[in-house]
Amino acid sequence: MVSVGILALQGDFAEHRFMMEPLGAQVYLVKHGSQLASLDALIIPGGESTTIARLTSSAGDSLLEAVRMKASEGLPVYGTCMGAIFLAREIEGSSQGRLALMDIKVRRNAFGPQRFSREQMLNIPSLGSEPFPAIFIRGPVILNVWGNVEVLSAVEEGIVMARQDNLLVSAFHPELTGDSRVHRYFLEMVRQRKQMCAASRWAGDVEAGSRRH
Amino acid sequence: MVRHMKGETAEKVKVGTELVKKALPQMLKGGVIMDVVNADQAKIAEEAGAVAVMALERVPADIRADGGVARMSDPELITAIINAVSIPVMAKVRIGHFVEAQILQAIGVDCIDESEVLTPADEEFHIDKSKFVIPFVCGCRNLGEALRRIGEGAAMIRTKGEAGTGDVVEAVRHARAVLGEIRRLTTMRDEERMTYARQIGAPFELVVQVAETGKLPVVNFAAGGIATPADAALMMQIGVEGVFVGSGIFKSGNPSRRAEAIVKATTFYNEPEVLAQISRDLGEPMVGRSVRSLAEGQELASRGW
Repeated sequence: MVSVGILALQGDFAEHRFMMEPLGAQVYLVKHGSQLASLDALIIPGGESTTIARLTSSAGDSLLEAVRMKASEGLPVYGTCMGAIFLAREIEGSSQGRLALMDIKVRRNAFGPQRFSREQMLNIPSLGSEPFPAIFIRGPVILNVWGNVEVLSAVEEGIVMARQDNLLVSAFHPELTGDSRVHRYFLEMVRQRKQMCAASRWAGDVEAGSRRH
Repeated sequence: MVRHMKGETAEKVKVGTELVKKALPQMLKGGVIMDVVNADQAKIAEEAGAVAVMALERVPADIRADGGVARMSDPELITAIINAVSIPVMAKVRIGHFVEAQILQAIGVDCIDESEVLTPADEEFHIDKSKFVIPFVCGCRNLGEALRRIGEGAAMIRTKGEAGTGDVVEAVRHARAVLGEIRRLTTMRDEERMTYARQIGAPFELVVQVAETGKLPVVNFAAGGIATPADAALMMQIGVEGVFVGSGIFKSGNPSRRAEAIVKATTFYNEPEVLAQISRDLGEPMVGRSVRSLAEGQELASRGW
C-alpha cells in the first residue's frame, strides 16, 4: 500500500483524497512537518498561494523545511495550481514564501479573473492519445523552465504541466474531473521510487551480508 | 451562459460552466474571506492570509448603525481593490438586483454575494444565477433555503448568521440547522423524500442528491457574527468548510493581528493548543451587539426567503 500525504492547510485537499483513495492509496491529511516521516508521497492541492505562504511563514514552522528535506531525498511531490506556485523557484513579480524546489518560473492568475476560468481539452502525450479534460481556476502558467524539467503539456498562454525528477506540477485541477490519469501517473512515479528504494535496500543488505561471510 | 472563445482551440475552451463556477469556492475551502472597504484594507487582509476579500463601502456594523438604503458599492472602489490584490475579489449585490450583478461581472469581480446585508431590491424573486459566467454565494438559515438558492444557480452557500453584531449565535443556529437537516435526510426512506422536499420548499432533485451524498452539492461557509479565532474554529468544528469575517476584523483594535489569528484558527480548528497560542494578545475585539438586543425589524437574516 502506498501512503500519500495531502497538504491540508487550505484548499481542495478533500477532492484529491476522493481521487486517490479509489486508486488504492492510503491517504493522510498533513498539517505539520512531523507527519511527513512515514509518507511515500505528498500532494499540494489547489488553494490560495498567499494563504499557504502566510500559514507556513511563522517562525519555528517545521513544515517548509520538512517538505524541502524529504523532496531533496527524492520524495515524490505533486502540486496542482497553488501547489505548482508553491513548488516554483520563481514567481513573476512576487517574493511570497514558497518551497522553491522546481526549476520553473510561474505567472499567477495567468488567464485573468474568474470569468476567464475554463474547461479545456489538453494534449498530454505521457497520458496517452486521448485528450485530458482540464479545469483552470484563476490558474497559473509556467513561463519558462530550466535544468532537467520536462514539459508535459502547454497551451497558448504557457506551459501547464511539467515534471522534474520526483516533482510533478499542473496548472489545472485533475482532482475536479472524473479522469484519474494524472493521479495514476503520479502514483506510478511513487511506486517506481518505492521499488528503487527497496532495491537499493536489498542491494545494501546483500553487501552487508557478503561482508559478514 | 457558456461563451466560446476565439482562437485555434475555440471548440475546446469553455468558460462559465457549472463545473468552473463551482470550482472557485472549492479552492477557498479551509480559508477566511474578509470584508474590506478600501485597497489598503484589502492588502492587509491578503498579507494576513485571507483566501479572498469582500469589497464593500461599509462593513455591516456601519450599515446597521447608519441605516438608510444599502446598495452595491461604487465600481471604482471595487476596481481599486481588484488591482491591489492577487486573491479573488467578491462583492455584494442586493437580493434580486440582477443589474447590479451584471455590472459586477462586467468589471471583473470573481464572485458575487447576493446578500441580505444590503437592502433587498426584490422581495419576491432572487436572481437567476445560472445566467451568469461567474459564481454566486448566497446566505441561508436552513436546508430548504440553501437548496432553493442552489436551484437558482448559487455555486456556494453561507449561513446568514446576523451580520454586523459580533454575536455568533445566529451563525451557529443556521449551520446546525443546515447540517442537522442533511443528517436527517440521509436517514430517511426513499418514499419520504418527496414530502420532505415539499415541507422544506426545496427542489426534489436536489433533495435526492443531498440524501445520497450526505452533503450539499456546493461549498458551505459560515458567516454573520464571527469575531474571534475561537468563533471561526467553532464554526469549522460544527462542520462548515470555511468562514466569512465581516466587521470582526477591521472594527477590532488590531486588524492585522486578528486577521492572521482567525486564518490560523480556521486551519488548525481542531488543535486547542494551537488555538490557545494564537488567541493571545489580539487587542480589543469589535464591540459586540447581542442579537437578542436587536429591535424587531433590525435582523438582517429575515431578508430573502
